[in-house]
Amino acid sequence: MVEKEDIIIVKDLVKKYGSFYANDHLSFEVKKGEIFGFLGANGAGKTTAIRILCGLSYPTSGILKVAGFDVYTQRDEIKKNIGYMSQKFSLYDDLTVFENIRFYAGIYGLSKKEIEIRSNRLMEKLILGEARDKLIRDIPQGWKQKLAFSVAIIHDPKIVFLDEPTGGVDPITRRQFWDLIYQAARDGITVFVTTHYMDEAEYCDRVTIMVEGRIAALDTPEALKKRYNSANMNEVFLHLARTKVLS
Amino acid sequence: MTQVSISVKAVTRKYGTHPALDAISFDVKKGELFGFIGPDGAGKTTLFRILTTLLLPDEGEATVEGLDVVKDYKKIRRIIGYMPGKFSLYMDLTVEENLKFYATIFGTTIEENYHLIKAIYSQIEPFRKRKAGQLSGGMKQKLALSCALIHKPVLLFLDEPTTGVDAVSRMEFWDMLKRLKEGGITILVSTPYMDEASLCDRVALIQDGKILQLSTPQQVVDHFPYELYNVSSGDIYNLLADLRNYPGMMSCYAFGQAAHISFIKETFRETHLRDFLKEKEHNQLTIEPINPNIEDCFMELMNR
Repeated sequence: MVEKEDIIIVKDLVKKYGSFYANDHLSFEVKKGEIFGFLGANGAGKTTAIRILCGLSYPTSGILKVAGFDVYTQRDEIKKNIGYMSQKFSLYDDLTVFENIRFYAGIYGLSKKEIEIRSNRLMEKLILGEARDKLIRDIPQGWKQKLAFSVAIIHDPKIVFLDEPTGGVDPITRRQFWDLIYQAARDGITVFVTTHYMDEAEYCDRVTIMVEGRIAALDTPEALKKRYNSANMNEVFLHLARTKVLS
Repeated sequence: MTQVSISVKAVTRKYGTHPALDAISFDVKKGELFGFIGPDGAGKTTLFRILTTLLLPDEGEATVEGLDVVKDYKKIRRIIGYMPGKFSLYMDLTVEENLKFYATIFGTTIEENYHLIKAIYSQIEPFRKRKAGQLSGGMKQKLALSCALIHKPVLLFLDEPTTGVDAVSRMEFWDMLKRLKEGGITILVSTPYMDEASLCDRVALIQDGKILQLSTPQQVVDHFPYELYNVSSGDIYNLLADLRNYPGMMSCYAFGQAAHISFIKETFRETHLRDFLKEKEHNQLTIEPINPNIEDCFMELMNR
């Protein structure tokens, strides 16, 4: 098998707030087209790292390349080449489905013609045709999730960052959402995802578990389960996070 | 006769024309740990706000400890503890100031009821001079629970206390609830995490303002109408697609690296499925019968 290129490279990332190390010498690479899970307890430093990778915050030190661009000097280029979605904020409730699509596509710099083509394609794919002119606040939660994800990748980014995309979502929608993630990965988009659902960790190609600003483990779910002699990822997570808490 | 703590009869609440709660009825017994399990938008918060007297029902009746949620709202407020989904803490007050504030508005002191919160509060007491805004998620949760308990309520309402909280903190939180329950307090808790259902005495599975099922967690699982099998191969993506085309299957969903597939009882033939999947080039096949979990049951109920 041909070794795929590294789309994210992180070497010795340090982010300090005062004397506190939010990210304490992180090093890892993410391969193109990979679904990369980023797990950790609250306060382990996940959001800090994601904000840096998205070009929203500067690291204290370290070498970081995202989609081939430098996080210190090429932040605008990074932003053009990534998509971002979080559970907390994604779509505007008081705009219609189509207005949201047009708004985001516009922000990502797509032309008017391109926006028309892509939004039609998107509506078809999600079977949202009749909902085109409905306000976001009036459509079911499940549709919102899927639409938010599709909007986050409407500009064909190289990487999409998903920060707890499925929190509070019903179990069927949660699984349909992962079908979309798989599709995007197969289309070559790299997926960087955080979640508190441990069964979802098993859908990832590789998983990082952060504990107190450091990487406690990074491997395939299969290898992690074997290494920690666990039946599932929940046990792996509890093992790593709890050992640290007690020590 | 079992004593009833909460009684809800045909309660409906609409936002515009959309019913957030659609003629819901149920009882909670005294001393019970009762769970409302359902996704966002199911109506959990609306129900909690009605029972804590913060929102009026459009139709129906509800009583809390024999008190009417509309007429007796002042009395209800004195005897319940409420931990809303969004944190109820003042971020610019210290840990101790938050607790003192809640004790004072209920006319009590930390000293008077310290024994009630000792097991929980002692874990964050070393940080009592720290501002609430600077606590970790798990510590905020412990403080919010202490604040909800400091006036010695007979009934505790916890609206999604574990949402967005990591697996370790979630487990610790449920351990705390178990210990509280042993002290005799009635607890009504809501959660979108299906795996937490098994930790309750009884659960109501709720979706779109309606109760799908109400029983003990064991009964929920016992009522699953199909036989369920756990199937895995090297390739979950294609496995799911192929299984969904398998004749006779009732449902098929991903669970981690495996698929759960259901069949009408006594219609399943393992050799037949094996041959079917081998033909589609699935190697390293494992097929085993399993008991459904709450999530399997919830999805089955959603599909009815």
